[in-house]
Parts: sequence; structure tokens; C-alpha cells
Amino acid sequence: MKVPFSWLKEYVDIDISAEELQEKLFSCGFEVEELLYLGEGVDKVVVGRILSCDKHPDADRLTVCRVDCGSYGEKQIVTAATNVFAGAVVPVALDGSTVRHEGGVQKIKTGKLRGVTSEGMFCSGEELGINDDFYEGAEFNGILILDENTNTGCDIKPVVGIDDYIFDIAVTANRPDCQSVLGIAREVAAVLKKTADGKLPAFRTDYTAERTDVRIPVEVRDTKLCPLYVGSYVKDVRIGTSPRWLRRRLALCGMRSVNNVVDITNYVLLEVGQPMHAFDRKFLHGDKIVVRCAEEGEKITTLDEKEFSLHPDNLLICDGERPVALAGVMGGLNSEIKDDTTEVFFEAACFARDSVRKTSRALGQRSDSSARFEKGVYEIFPHMGMTRALHLMQQLGCGTPTTYTTIANCPDLSAYTIPSKTIDTTYEKIDALLGIEVPKEEVNGILRRLGFSVTEKGEAFSATVPLWREDIDGFPDLAEEVIRMYGYEHISPTFLKNATVTMGGLTPAQETELKFKRTLAGEGFMEACNYSFYSLKDYDLLRLPADAPERRTIAILNPISEDLGVMRTILLPSMLQNVVRNVRRGNESGRLFELANVYLAEELPLKELPEERKKAVLALWGEGDFFDLKGAVEAIGAAFGLKLAFARTEKPFLHPGVSAKVLLGEREVGFLGELHPEIAEELALEKKVYVAELDYDGMKKKFKGDISYHNLPKFPDVERDLAVVVDEKVTCGEMTECILRACKAVKGAELFDVYRDRRLGEGKKSMAFRLTFAADENAEKGLSPETVDGYFKKIVGSLNHTLGGELR
Amino acid sequence: MDENDKIVEEAEAAASQAEDSKSLYEAKLQFLGREGKVTALMKRMKEIAQELRPAFGKQVNALRAKLEALFSEHETRMKELELQKKLSAEQVDVTMPGRRHRAGTLHPVTRVKNELIDIFAGMGFEVFEGPEIENDYYNFTALNTPADHPARDMQDTFYLTDEFLLRTQTSAGQIRLMEKKKPPIKMLSPGRVFRSDDDATHSPMFHQMEGLVVDRGITLCDLQGMLDKFAKSMFSETSKTRLRPSYFPFTEPSVEVDVSCHACGGKGCSLCKGTGWIEVLGAGMVNRHVLENCGVDPDEYTGFAFGMGIERIAMLKYGINNIKLLTENDVRFLEQFKE
Repeated sequence: MKVPFSWLKEYVDIDISAEELQEKLFSCGFEVEELLYLGEGVDKVVVGRILSCDKHPDADRLTVCRVDCGSYGEKQIVTAATNVFAGAVVPVALDGSTVRHEGGVQKIKTGKLRGVTSEGMFCSGEELGINDDFYEGAEFNGILILDENTNTGCDIKPVVGIDDYIFDIAVTANRPDCQSVLGIAREVAAVLKKTADGKLPAFRTDYTAERTDVRIPVEVRDTKLCPLYVGSYVKDVRIGTSPRWLRRRLALCGMRSVNNVVDITNYVLLEVGQPMHAFDRKFLHGDKIVVRCAEEGEKITTLDEKEFSLHPDNLLICDGERPVALAGVMGGLNSEIKDDTTEVFFEAACFARDSVRKTSRALGQRSDSSARFEKGVYEIFPHMGMTRALHLMQQLGCGTPTTYTTIANCPDLSAYTIPSKTIDTTYEKIDALLGIEVPKEEVNGILRRLGFSVTEKGEAFSATVPLWREDIDGFPDLAEEVIRMYGYEHISPTFLKNATVTMGGLTPAQETELKFKRTLAGEGFMEACNYSFYSLKDYDLLRLPADAPERRTIAILNPISEDLGVMRTILLPSMLQNVVRNVRRGNESGRLFELANVYLAEELPLKELPEERKKAVLALWGEGDFFDLKGAVEAIGAAFGLKLAFARTEKPFLHPGVSAKVLLGEREVGFLGELHPEIAEELALEKKVYVAELDYDGMKKKFKGDISYHNLPKFPDVERDLAVVVDEKVTCGEMTECILRACKAVKGAELFDVYRDRRLGEGKKSMAFRLTFAADENAEKGLSPETVDGYFKKIVGSLNHTLGGELR
Repeated sequence: MDENDKIVEEAEAAASQAEDSKSLYEAKLQFLGREGKVTALMKRMKEIAQELRPAFGKQVNALRAKLEALFSEHETRMKELELQKKLSAEQVDVTMPGRRHRAGTLHPVTRVKNELIDIFAGMGFEVFEGPEIENDYYNFTALNTPADHPARDMQDTFYLTDEFLLRTQTSAGQIRLMEKKKPPIKMLSPGRVFRSDDDATHSPMFHQMEGLVVDRGITLCDLQGMLDKFAKSMFSETSKTRLRPSYFPFTEPSVEVDVSCHACGGKGCSLCKGTGWIEVLGAGMVNRHVLENCGVDPDEYTGFAFGMGIERIAMLKYGINNIKLLTENDVRFLEQFKE
């Protein structure tokens, strides 16, 4: 919200600097995002009167002028401009001055032009940063010629209206009433205590109405979309140029002047916050207004000559025959104000904010008006805007207000009122919420300055809310009004002095999650964090078939981009992206993991909240191989007391020979393996990448809770090494299982060597295990060598029998 | 007896020449062994006259004792020598790099989240996590943000259907908890949130930590008191907080909370853009409508809520200058966050 300092000063007697006002606004909830000084870069530029103009002795195009600069004395200025003449009053940039130049600042010094001294420079409007709306002739390509009555020697800034500030204010969503100069002025008056009752007497809406028989009735078909429509007829309109002060204010807020009537509607938008529209009455066929939804395919051409084909969601303002405006967005070309307009019908309405937003977005047509409606317009504003517009019409002499003002769907105007809200509460309630005691007089004074009318009733009071504050609906709102004006520095920190003592901390589930992460960190994995969405294309990258369950994914209706268009059902793709990014940046090796939710829909489109299932993904590249990754998975198993088993599996995205599923009992709880070489190639990954995904929520139920202690064995374990020659196809898993099954006394069988040699035979390998034998927990004595020999023989026999293994 | 002296001399020479324990032992055997010179002398006993035998025997014993002492001395010397040799042979270059197990790291967001939980758990907060996909009611309506409310524009929402959306704030958890649990409540709700915003300072997904206290007699002063403690624990012992008015639909009054800049101590620097203050979180007294929506009597109970971006805290705390670093997962970045 852009607010000029000078405009505020019209309504509030501000006796502090712009910087001080910025602080004040900040303290009461209005952050000034930018404070712009319009005279920035223009320094030591003064008003001068040209006394004489002579040709330069050595240059045809240059003119040598003698200039009276008032108290700065007489100066000689050499100029190339052709519009200077003796007697002209012009801006003179003196020696050591600065002016605006091509978006920056230029320093001006005394110098010689073709041998003749020039003690400065004349300025154009552009060099002062102004256009015609600030000063007549400012856009002329040459020197700015000032009014001849301007005093010489004056600083140029006040003369051309740039000794001013623009406050760019962030207004919170609950304060649409402050999306206007008047709204901010009300706040400023309250915070500076320049009003006692919230009124700004300088803001005038009075006018004299002349009788008329003209009737332009307004019919609103959908009062939800248009809760209020105020119209007024103005006669004897004389289209012309707006006065300087008005044009300048529009320009300060970034608007161009069009003509007096259109300027008034824009001025009211900026000042009151009410979007207005002016129709030329002679183009309103049938002398009536109908507010209705568009028919499918109905067309309108807006003021900017764009044609739109409409949809029943779009609200239209129509005359007796055709659409004349796109409600709240822009007027129609067919009824615009022209130079020969003599009668005007003003519109000031409330349109539903989401209706305006939908239309504006759907058609890609935005305007100051639609932006304003989207923030919300309260019921009082159309009335305030309309009376202000009529006041200005009269004041500027560009038309005669009439007695015909109408409110749609309201047969009896005299009975029309806007209901006001009154809040009954106590000073104690306000204090109890704030935790401090604010003196009664302070509470009353603050609320009154903000326009509330306060009636004190002993310890209680009632506050009638000003009509422009529809956001206020209870005592906490009053408490907020009080404290933001009283000052937050009055809040003195206390530490829950009345609260009950409670127990705090993580839930067991959260502690487990943290332990899971720490376990993986202990294995050298770094925790990654990825977006919860990715691209549908990721499924193709993974070669997932069309009917793969992972493809049942929840789509975002309004994604940032297609690449972030669907919710994750598998964590692997984001992790692969991480690996690719790391490798591309020269990080030759690494280990990453992520523990995050995937989103699994029962039904699509969603009928209920989907399942959010926590999964873990691991990746390792550069250093290490399949068994390093498997070691990390096993570490998880060990940390949580899970008996994980591994079996060969095939996944479309894994190397068919180097991929396993992770089993917890019968249940598959994950996979691990080498990324399929084809995918690796597609991703330009030269080194092998190993990945795993674990179903954290699937394993969670089996996580061992508390540690339970096992008695130490009474007798030491006995170790024996066993090397067996088997066929290449026999797996370690099969052998281990066979050994453990053959003998109960074997506590562990750990593979420590695999050996291949021609002498062992074609297609054979030797597998060496370290066997650990333990005596039964209740045994009286330890294992004798003879007993162990017996076990050993039994194992060898079983290996031979089951897997064809030969003792080496 | 010249011969004995000669033997001692010989033994001394042999022992001195021995290069290691083994040759010293062999030398010893030559004199003191079963076949050694002392035994040979003893064998000569029978060639000696009866009356001279005791004296002879005494002399041989004396010789034996002398030799034993001699060898023992050399053995001690040899042991010492050999130890020195061994130690010097085993010398390593202590300046060579150590062999290390490379530990992994927890993500900075996780670290800050844990730290926040620690701070607030100590004040009696329990952790509650709600779903990341929410319905319109919990994310907006119950939080006093009905369909037409201007505040919906404050947070650009990712919609999945008309009804379901990605939660834009962890405040949705407030409602779910208050439906289940009656006051006194001290809750902390960390988690992922989503906004359709993507630029240098905004990420479409980030983490928030929501705090909620509902009890009898809770005031705005309590809110600032608690946040003061938080700022001191999180940033520095001398940190202070400042409240200023703001707006959130689910709190009234609403405040922005600034923390004095920990980099310059409030004097003004580039981090705080010269103001001495850094905007850290939003907070306020829980809106009465929100309490009513959860079946809590707003005339009996009051409360406050606060919400902060975990990424923002992490960036401030660790001096991270770009939010994108937090989701790029570059291992050179991540490895800096070691335990």
C-alpha cells in the first residue's frame, strides 16, 4: 500500500519526521517496507530566471545564458537546449549539485563547454524524476520551464512537488480498511493522538444535490456475489483535465491521469479504498443496471480493448440489454467515459472477494479494482466512496450531483442503515488476556481515538465498533487494539505463573525414530531432506510397469511445476537425484539416508485422508559395495533386535544379480541392491550406486523395546573352522541354514573366506566358516573336544547330504 | 689360580662378543653347561690329591659363582639392548593421518528440531504430530479461516482435491490435539508444511514447530516470558525478545516476535539489516473461536500459540545463507553438521 506523506498531512497534523512516523507505524502494526524520498538524488538544484541568451562564440548549437539564481547570485550556464529564452524561469543545477540520470545520480560541476565556462546545468523534468502529472511540461523534451511567478533561489524540490515521501506499507489481511490513504490516516491520527474520536474533519463528503427525474434502477440477481450496489446519477458533466494536485497524487501512487471523471474514481479508490466505476449514461441502454452471472460463452470487451469469453462463474454488470462491465474487475468499452460525456452513472459496490478473485484469475485480467476487492470491501465503503466522489465532482466543478442515489434491492432508502456492533466487556478481561493492568482512561482513550464509542459502566464498558472495522468481533480484538496503541513494551515477561505443571518430552515413537536416524548416522550415513513431491516421470525412470502399485499416486491440483506434481509413494527417486547432484558436483563418494513419509491413497481421487507411511531410503556410492549397504541394514536389525533375512529378488530398477529383498519373518520390509546399470547410465553415474528402501512403519511393530539381560555362559565357547567345497550355485545363506539346522550346539556360523581354484574343480568354490559351539545353558560341564568332534562330523555330513559339500 | 682367571677372561670375552640373547646363551653353555668348562674342571677332581680336593672344589665353586654373575649381568644388558632395538624398530610416523570410521550426520533441520524439543520439553511440553495431508477443516476452518477469509491468501496452498490439501502450517495439529485432550495443554508440534512458493527465500516444503499452551489464566506476558527463555537457550544468554502487532486468524491478539540479533548483540549488522532485531516467529493468544471449535470453554481457559520455521532458525543459528542448501543434500554441506 503506497501512501504519500503529503496526502496524510492533509488529514492529520503530523509534527514528526517521515522516519519517526515509520517507527510509529511499525509499533502499531504497520510495517513500512520501504520509505521512498521522492527528492532522492536531486540536490542543490534551485530556481533561476534567465536574464540573457547569447550564441556560443564557437558552437552553433550551444547557448550561453546569464541566470539570476536569487541568493545564489548570477550564474553563467551553457546549454544545448533550444527552448530557453530570456525571462524563462528554470531549474538550475548549481556547481556541486546532483540530478537524476538514467536510473542513477549524476554530479554536476562547473566546467567549460567549447571554451566557455558553465557554472552548472539547466534541468529537464526527467532529471528531476517527474512527469506532467507533477508539473506541467515535465515531459517536454527540453528544459522544464517553470511558472514565471516562482521565486528565484528556491530549492526546486517543493516547487515541483518532490519534497515528499512515499510510505510503502504492509497491511495485514485483517485490515482491508487500511488499504487506503484514509485508513492509514486514521491509524496515524490515533497513534499520534491527533484525534479524540477517530474523526478526520478535513475529509469531506458533503455536496449539494440537484433534483432530477432520471431513474436508473439497479437489480442484483445474486446478492451473495454482490451484497451491496450503490449507484448515483450526475448531470451536467464537463469532461476535462484534473487539477494539478489531484493528478500529482495519482502519479505519486503510480496511476496516470485520464480525465477528471475517471481520475475521481481512481482517486477515491486510493483515498477511501473503494473501487468505483463511472458509466456514460447515454450508453446504458434501457436506463437500468442488472447485476447477474454471465451465460456460458457470453462476451465482453473491457476498457483495455481485450475481449473475453465468459463462464457462469463470472459476474457481470449489464444495462437493459448487454454487459457493460466485468464486475469488480474492469468496465466495458461500450460505456466508457468519453470527451463528450455529459451524464455519468457512478457505481460503488461490494462484490464477493472470491468471486472477483476467481474471475480475475480465470481471465488473467487484473486491475487495481480487482486487487482491492480480493482483499475485501466492507459495507461502509461504497457509501463513503460514493459521497466522496460526488463531493469531488462538485468541488472540481466537473458535474452536478443529483438526488438520485440508489441502493440495489432496497426499496426504502430512508430506512437503510448499516447495523453497528457493540461489544460489552470488562477492563479486567482485557487485563487478564494481556497480563498487565492498563489504566481505564488509557483503554477508553485508545479505543475512542480509533473511532470506537465507549461507554463506561463501572468495571464494565461497552464499545461500539466503527463501521470501517468489521474485523473486530470480541474483547480479544479490543485487547489487541489497546496493546498495540499502548505499546508492547508494557508487556513484562512472566513464566507461566498460573499454569499447571506438566510432563514434557518425546513420545516413545519419536524417540525410536531418532534412534533409527542415529543408528544410520553411526554407520556413516548423512541424513538428507527432500520434498514430499516429485515427477510422474520418476516412475518411468525406475522402469516401473504401468500397473505398479507405486504409480497409484496422489496428484497436486496446483503444483509449482510438473516436476513437483505428485506426492511420493516411494523415496528412491528423490534420493537418486541427490546422488546425481552430488556426483555432478564432484563428490566422488558418499552415504545418504532419508526417513520420511510416503502417501498411499486408498481411493483416487481422495475420499479420506491417505495413509502416511514412514519409510527409509539409503544410498551409497563411490566407496563401498553391496555388502557395506547390507551391513547398514543389518545394523538397523541389530539396533532394534530384528531378525532380518535376505533373499534374492528382482526389481525393475535394480541389478538383477545384485538385489535382495529384506524379510522380517514372512513379511517383505524392503529391498536393497545395486542400481540397474541401465538407469545408472541414463543418469550418467559412472560408479556403481547401491540403494535400499526400508518400510519403517512395517518394521516398527517388531522393534524390541527394553533390553532384557541374558545370563553369561558358564563355560567358554569353542571355535572350529570348517572349509567345504561346494558348487558355485550354493549360497552362503543355504550353507549357514544347513549348519545351524544340523546342530543345536552351534551358536554361530560366520563365513570368513571364499576361495576359488582350478584344483577345486570346475564350477566349485571353497567356503570357510568359523563355527562357534556353546554348551547348553544348564549343562554341568563345558564341551569336551570329543563332543565337538562329533558335532563337527554331523555338520559335515549334513552339508554333504543336503548341498553336496565336501570337506576340504 | 691362573687357569681360573683365564676362564673368567675368556667368558668375559665371549659374553661381550655375543650379539643377541641366543649367542649369549650359547656362550654361557660353553662355560656353565653340562659340557662346559666348569663341568670339565669338576671332572678333574678325581685326578687331584685327596687333601687338595676341598680347596679345589671351593675354587671351582667360586669360579662358577663368578661366571654366573658375569653372565647374569650380560643377560640383563642384552635384554635391555634388545628391548631398545625392538622399540626403535617399531617406531611409527606419528604425523601420519589417523584411521577413522567416518560417522554420518543428522540433517541440520533434525538437529534444530531436537534442540527445540529439548528446550520446550524441559518446560513441560509434549510432542504431538499430525498428518501432513490435511483436510480443509483442520487446516483452515477450525483455525478461524473460513472459505472466504482473506487470510487464505496469505498462504498459497497446494490442493489435492477441493477437500484435501497439503497442510500449510503445523497449527492444524492444535485442533487435533485439543479434540482429544482437555487443558492443561502444553504441546509442541513439529513437522513438514507446504506452500506453493518457490524463490530464493521460500521453499515449497519446509518445517515448522508449533507450540500451544492452554490453561487457566494464561496471558500475553506468559507468552513473552516463555519466548524469552527460548531465545536465551537457542541463541545466546543475552538474547531478548520484542513483540509487535501482527495478524493470524487463529490468534488474537497476534504478534510477530523479534529476537535481538545474536551476531551483533543488537547493535545492528548485516544479518539484522542494521535493525538489531531478527524476525523469528509468529505468535499470539489463541483465538476464542479456535478454542470453541475444539470444545474448550474460552471463558474458563486462555492460551497462547507460537509457530516458527525450523529452517529459518537453522539458517540463523548456523549462518546458512540459502534455504536451497537444506534440500540439495550435498554431502559437503551435510558433513558439517557432525554430532
